[in-house]
Amino acid sequence: MTEHHSTDVDHGHADGLPEHKLRRTDVFPRAEKRAVRQVAAMFGLSAIAGIGTIAAFFAFPADRLITVPALGQMSAQNVVVGGLMGVSILLIGLGAIHWARKLMPDHELVQERHDLDSTYADRKAAIDEFWSGAEASGFINRKIIRRSLLGAMALFPLPIIVLFKDLGPMPGTSLRHTIWKAGEQIVTDPQERPIRPEDIPVGGLVNAMPVSLRKLQDKQGNSNEGVKSVIVLVRMRPDEIVAQQGKNWDYQGIVAYSKVCTHLGCPISLYEHRTHHLLCPCHQSTFDLADAGKVVFGPAARRMPQLPITVDADGYLVAAADFAEPVGPSFWELG
Amino acid sequence: MSAIVDGIDSTIGYADDRLSSAGFLKRNLKKVFPDHWSFMLGEIALYSFIILLISGVYLTLFFKPSMTEVVYNGSYTILKGVKMSEAFASTLNISFDVRGGLLMRQIHHWAALFFIASISVHMCRVFFTGAFRKPRELNWVVGTLLLITGILEGFAGYSLPDDLLSGTGLRIAEGIVQATPILGTYVSFLLFGGPFPGNDFIARLYTVHVLLVPGLILALITAHLMMVWYQKHTQFPGPGRTEKNVVGYPLMPVYMAKAGGFFFVVFGITTLLSALVTINPVWMYGPYVPDQVTAGSQPDFYIGWLDGAVRLMPNWEINLWHHYTLSLNIMIPAMIIPGLLFTGIALFPWLESWVTGDKRVHHILDRPRNAPTRTALGVGTIAFYGMLWLSGGNDIIATTFTIPFNTITWVLRFAIFIVPPLAFIVTRRFCVSLQRRDHDKLLHGRETGRILRHPSGEFTEIHASISDAERAVIMSKQDIIPIASPLASDAHGVRNPAGVIGRVRAGLSRFYYGPNIALPTAAELEAAATHLEHEAHSAVPVIEREARLEVTGGGGVLRDPGPDGQSGHNH
Repeated sequence: MTEHHSTDVDHGHADGLPEHKLRRTDVFPRAEKRAVRQVAAMFGLSAIAGIGTIAAFFAFPADRLITVPALGQMSAQNVVVGGLMGVSILLIGLGAIHWARKLMPDHELVQERHDLDSTYADRKAAIDEFWSGAEASGFINRKIIRRSLLGAMALFPLPIIVLFKDLGPMPGTSLRHTIWKAGEQIVTDPQERPIRPEDIPVGGLVNAMPVSLRKLQDKQGNSNEGVKSVIVLVRMRPDEIVAQQGKNWDYQGIVAYSKVCTHLGCPISLYEHRTHHLLCPCHQSTFDLADAGKVVFGPAARRMPQLPITVDADGYLVAAADFAEPVGPSFWELG
Repeated sequence: MSAIVDGIDSTIGYADDRLSSAGFLKRNLKKVFPDHWSFMLGEIALYSFIILLISGVYLTLFFKPSMTEVVYNGSYTILKGVKMSEAFASTLNISFDVRGGLLMRQIHHWAALFFIASISVHMCRVFFTGAFRKPRELNWVVGTLLLITGILEGFAGYSLPDDLLSGTGLRIAEGIVQATPILGTYVSFLLFGGPFPGNDFIARLYTVHVLLVPGLILALITAHLMMVWYQKHTQFPGPGRTEKNVVGYPLMPVYMAKAGGFFFVVFGITTLLSALVTINPVWMYGPYVPDQVTAGSQPDFYIGWLDGAVRLMPNWEINLWHHYTLSLNIMIPAMIIPGLLFTGIALFPWLESWVTGDKRVHHILDRPRNAPTRTALGVGTIAFYGMLWLSGGNDIIATTFTIPFNTITWVLRFAIFIVPPLAFIVTRRFCVSLQRRDHDKLLHGRETGRILRHPSGEFTEIHASISDAERAVIMSKQDIIPIASPLASDAHGVRNPAGVIGRVRAGLSRFYYGPNIALPTAAELEAAATHLEHEAHSAVPVIEREARLEVTGGGGVLRDPGPDGQSGHNH
């Protein structure tokens, strides 16, 4: 590895490095001294800001708020501790770079590159070594050993993969059912109030869920059932309903649809009552609740499943059955 | 002072006795690194990763990766008494009750954004300058893997707090997994420990986020840096720089100070930003509840293009024999497009060298204009990415500009096929025009801005030859002749079995090198030099004659901006 200074390099069509230009700090001692002072000042200020950071950490409790101009109310800890710490760290960097740029030697150096490829002899020796080793092992000639080893190696990952099996249960039919069943009372979400048909005005929308959901979720300790069983109730004039997924699945113009997007499972909450369109905020799939929940726009492929509803003896809305189709995103075995 | 000097001397000796390290130090302390601002982009990525490790270790000490339901009782009063997962409660605790906790959280999030942003821009630099060419193809693949693992790590990280935004993101991810043919449903149930969301996922994701993927990234970064170190850095063309040398500044002391200092600059700026600008305020989103979602919810920027692809896709779903469902509306945007894109990026060095037939070693970087088709492909890909990214924000665009989102989606569905090819064509033409300008500069010199009026009344502008530095840069261009098409059959009429592929390859090669403006020949250059010299000579007497001829109006300098030609012209 050889080094040249700019003058004695001459390669190819390029005629040497550009002429080295002296910096002010190379020429004027005063400029040099000023640069030294600047670098030292940055390192010194960094240390002061560092000590300030420690002081601020103890000075401000976690919940103190301060008002920062143009940024509004912010956590005092975050602004002051973070600000001082940031300055302290930044000044070390700026000082070091300033030092390098103004005071360290700025002569460009030239180093030769070494060729990456080895000599032909070395390369051939390596190849020969490999084959002589392979030959000596008998891997090439002893077919039975080779084949049985390859077989064993191919099988080797399988037991390990199988050991992961108990990460979770198999899907079974769980994606096809929800906890809705005939007579399951419909209650508002999240207040859990039972609903009478007359509670919902024409054009109105109510978020709802099965009455048994909360208790079940508390028992299971997760929201697996809630993910599937949340619905929206919408009332329209009976003559506005173009189609439903089953005969008389509405109750006096009240229709119940799943709230879970059939695209990728986002809960849908945006309803436009004039068009009866339900819009998913995640990917803008749009469903027409007046027309059997069919997809009118967006990437969702399947219509929104409808829940058949009726009223119980006390006049409260209840489900007439579970959904007839799986709710939520599609899956391979859906069919 | 001398005690310290002795100490360092004996430390080097101590290490050398045991590790034989003095030879390495001797060779490498003055190792030369070329200097260019764009070489800092990769450094930003590296330093962001170090910041991520530091802030990440801190966060693990306070974060509880558990989906167990608790009732929040911390100092953020708005959510007091609300049921939430321990993961979310501990995130609130870090943000409001641990001093410096919010700062560390925000440093971690900002550094993650910088990590992926700087990898992406660094990759663009490497691509457009052809730094991925032989011998650096393998390092390009390592870099591509770093981008992919970085995106995965980022997504895993912002999913951990179990807030409403990240929970919605996980639900979408689960839907995508479920859409995988044959295995999807099972894989989803194994990952989540049953149906979504289950009780296990946050804890599992935590292991992936703090151990598995960071370990992978660390290994990849190590390999990446070792290759850069061993192969030596590429350099831009310039006087004195060749394929055989490295021109730049020594590791000790200049790069130690510059690169070391730059780490502190990146860290300092990240910290200042985290002190002043809120990022991912999970307390405003609230805990994840499966039946809620916020309108206008947006993922981190590096997920935007995938989300956009999913939004853009028409709702194609195929029912197979009434038993199976093939969700093309999810597979194409969420699996096939990113799969093809990343595979194409990773394999690009080999694809290019197959088309160009260029198997040479390259240490001098290409100027983007000198590889017009590559540059245009890059810009076209960026345009494609940009269209997807815009689509990811279609609801934000809709509400900001009050345009129906249906319109935006339809426009983008066409634009995704129209804009990238347009970007390709425009970029390629632009590159060729720049080549033409370089060609002119070599043959006719630079415009000095000095206009001559000849005695005949003709006006001409005086040209001067360009500087040696500029000439060296322009002359770094390497002209390559497209691969010739193989013969379809030999002299005996026997069909060439490799003929079809060979012709395709030759066609692609012509396409790749088609719009090239070749460098002038040596004879042309020599003629140009003589001409310019002549012009320089003839110009001087004209200026001197000016005073005499002014009165007679017999020709002279109409406008002379001075010998430097600095009159607002190009040079």
